[in-house]
Amino acid sequence: MSEPGVMPEDVLGGLLPPDRAAERHPVAVIECHEEIPCDTCRWVCPVGAVIKPSITTPPRVDWDRCTGCGTCLMSCPGLAIFMVRLRGEWADVYVPYEFSPLPRRGEVVAALDRMGEKIAEAEVVLSVRSRDGTGMVAVRVPREAAHVVRAVRAGGSR
Amino acid sequence: MARRIWDHPILDFERGEPLKLIFEGREITAYPGESVAAALVAEGVDILGWSKLRGRPRGFFCGIGKCSSCLMVVDGIPNTRTCVTPVSPGMRVSRQRGPPPIPDVVPEFDLEREEVDLAILGGGPAGLSAAIAAADLGASVLLVDENFRPGGQLIKQTHKFFGSRENYAGVRGIEIARRLLSEVGGLGARWVLRSSAVADYPTGSGHRIVVRRPGGATLVDARAVIVGTGASENMLAFPNNDLPGVYGAGGLQTLMNVFGVLPGERALVIGAGNVGLIVAYQLLQAGARVEAVVEIMPRIGGYFVHAAKIRRMGVPILLRHTISRVLGRERVEGAEVVAVDDSWRAVEGSERTFDVDMVVLAVGLTPSVRIPAQAGADMIYVPQLGGHVPVHTPRLLTTLDGMYVAGDSSGIEEATTAMLEGRIAGAAAASDLGYAPDRAERVISEAQRQLESFRSGPFSSRVLEGKEMVWEKAREVIG
Ligand SMILES: Cc1cc2nc3c(=O)[nH]c(=O)nc-3n(C[C@H](O)[C@H](O)[C@H](O)COP(=O)(O)OP(=O)(O)OC[C@H]3O[C@@H](n4cnc5c(N)ncnc54)[C@H](O)[C@@H]3O)c2cc1C
Ligand code: SF4
Ligand code: SF4
Ligand code: FES
Repeated sequence: MSEPGVMPEDVLGGLLPPDRAAERHPVAVIECHEEIPCDTCRWVCPVGAVIKPSITTPPRVDWDRCTGCGTCLMSCPGLAIFMVRLRGEWADVYVPYEFSPLPRRGEVVAALDRMGEKIAEAEVVLSVRSRDGTGMVAVRVPREAAHVVRAVRAGGSR
Repeated sequence: MARRIWDHPILDFERGEPLKLIFEGREITAYPGESVAAALVAEGVDILGWSKLRGRPRGFFCGIGKCSSCLMVVDGIPNTRTCVTPVSPGMRVSRQRGPPPIPDVVPEFDLEREEVDLAILGGGPAGLSAAIAAADLGASVLLVDENFRPGGQLIKQTHKFFGSRENYAGVRGIEIARRLLSEVGGLGARWVLRSSAVADYPTGSGHRIVVRRPGGATLVDARAVIVGTGASENMLAFPNNDLPGVYGAGGLQTLMNVFGVLPGERALVIGAGNVGLIVAYQLLQAGARVEAVVEIMPRIGGYFVHAAKIRRMGVPILLRHTISRVLGRERVEGAEVVAVDDSWRAVEGSERTFDVDMVVLAVGLTPSVRIPAQAGADMIYVPQLGGHVPVHTPRLLTTLDGMYVAGDSSGIEEATTAMLEGRIAGAAAASDLGYAPDRAERVISEAQRQLESFRSGPFSSRVLEGKEMVWEKAREVIG
């Protein structure tokens, strides 16, 4: 049986973007696979890159359309949307962040996997907070960790 | 004791000038807008009283006036529910031991009367939406809520809601409450707060409702009434489940998110439904550690996405485990967890002790239905809806003329569905009273369409099954 709250590998495979899309600019990675009644990601996307035929159909990303603007990442009530940008040996992973304080650009934080295990120390390359309080933090990690890192822990918090 | 939260990622606790309460002869700092119980807990007072017979310590539990764990003597009046009583300067508060003392003051008591088209009992998302719909169609509306802060459960929901664009998807519960309250205000609906509806008497042409409020009672003569009294939290049986430090999930949310009080450092959450998963996340946001979320079933009951956001912060979710006892004498000092086998029996030797000072119960809710039951509405037991609920039609009409029900008191569901049901009940009541029936019917069918689409996924199948049973019964009784 799979770990509760951790995306099973076989499902995850179908949710990840092709490398060529993530090499141009950040693209959204939506890790939301259940039929829950929500379609926030669909209507907030300014370019119609989230495909979601009904409110309970799990979303898919059209990676040719997605511009990597981050709107869906900061709006998703499930905090289930990330962005990934591949940069040669490195990858920038963008995660939603709702703890205090928000880590600043240049700060070194712990990059965590889907079970909260620390994968690497990573530098924050972008950090913003939206008006409703949800932040977006991007960290630079080794390329192999592009789809492993899904959270960050700042300072000594927790 | 530094239990007040000052730095929170989502909430700004704008506290006014501190004031002083007199707690058993000593001064205690409180802030305007706090409840007496929250202020005491913030200052480190975990024991709010002792049980009458066995003298066991009692603490904060539900935070919404439903469990009686917080009864204290306030300014001479015994049995005051301090979790729904706001602080005021110089207030004298003391704990009860044994039978409560006879009041040393004679309380004032005056009787007032109100007449209105529609009385709405409960100002949560269901009641507020009902008020907006009915007032917008032209009915006069009186909202009654026993809390001093209206908004029901919404005022502690710091997370963003799911749903569709028309129903506030992506908006935090606290912000939804703000918007609904301002809309209600704009439509001129009247409020009575700190006022409990205690009885409803159908009069033939309407309902006479007895409302208990500070300083007396109000008799409300209403042509119709909507019950939106919400739900109360379920308890779980295990040794020491009554110790201070064992909180209902909603109670803890009230402390943390309404009053900015974090009563401990390390928590164990029982139940991995959405409520348990969300409260675990909110504990992390408030700065606590969550040692584990414990779930007796072989799978989580809540949404994957809610589980994922605590898992990736390192919180373990223990399936097929349950709490076997709480350790401690005066308050929670730890908790023991055991694995269970296929027949739900504890697996011998599997006990694990967690060093925690908070145990949070998120094991379901039971509809609050005292008013319709007392008034004589037909009730039906529906496990899928959390217990006994009034029999009602898809327009939320009960078997009593002019009495409607909406939200959790019609069956445990969620805030989005509570808002949609409230809208339907409000419009139906207005329409049945003769206010703009054509427009009302359009409001009803649109809300019913949205409700149907919201309930179309697999997570709603149990609720829908329950609702079908209720509607079927209503067809038999009402036709
Ligand atoms: C911990 C927790 C987390 C939740 N998280 C979510 C979530 O993330 N998303 C979601 O959609 N739903 C969530 N819910 C469920 C949601 O909050 C409820 O379904 C919703 O609030 C129900 O609305 P309501 O108006 O029926 O009741 P409530 O919001 O409970 O409001 C009832 C109101 O009635 C008042 N009242 C009760 N009895 C009386 C009386 N006799 N006289 C006068 N007033 C009275 C109360 O003071 C209260 O204000 C959560 C619930 C809990 C407990
Ligand atoms: S990142 Fe922007 S463009 Fe891409 S899917 Fe999200 S909202 Fe749409
Ligand atoms: S907004 Fe988030 S939770 Fe809602 S459907 Fe999209 S990905 Fe899932
Ligand atoms: S009634 Fe006050 S804590 Fe439950």
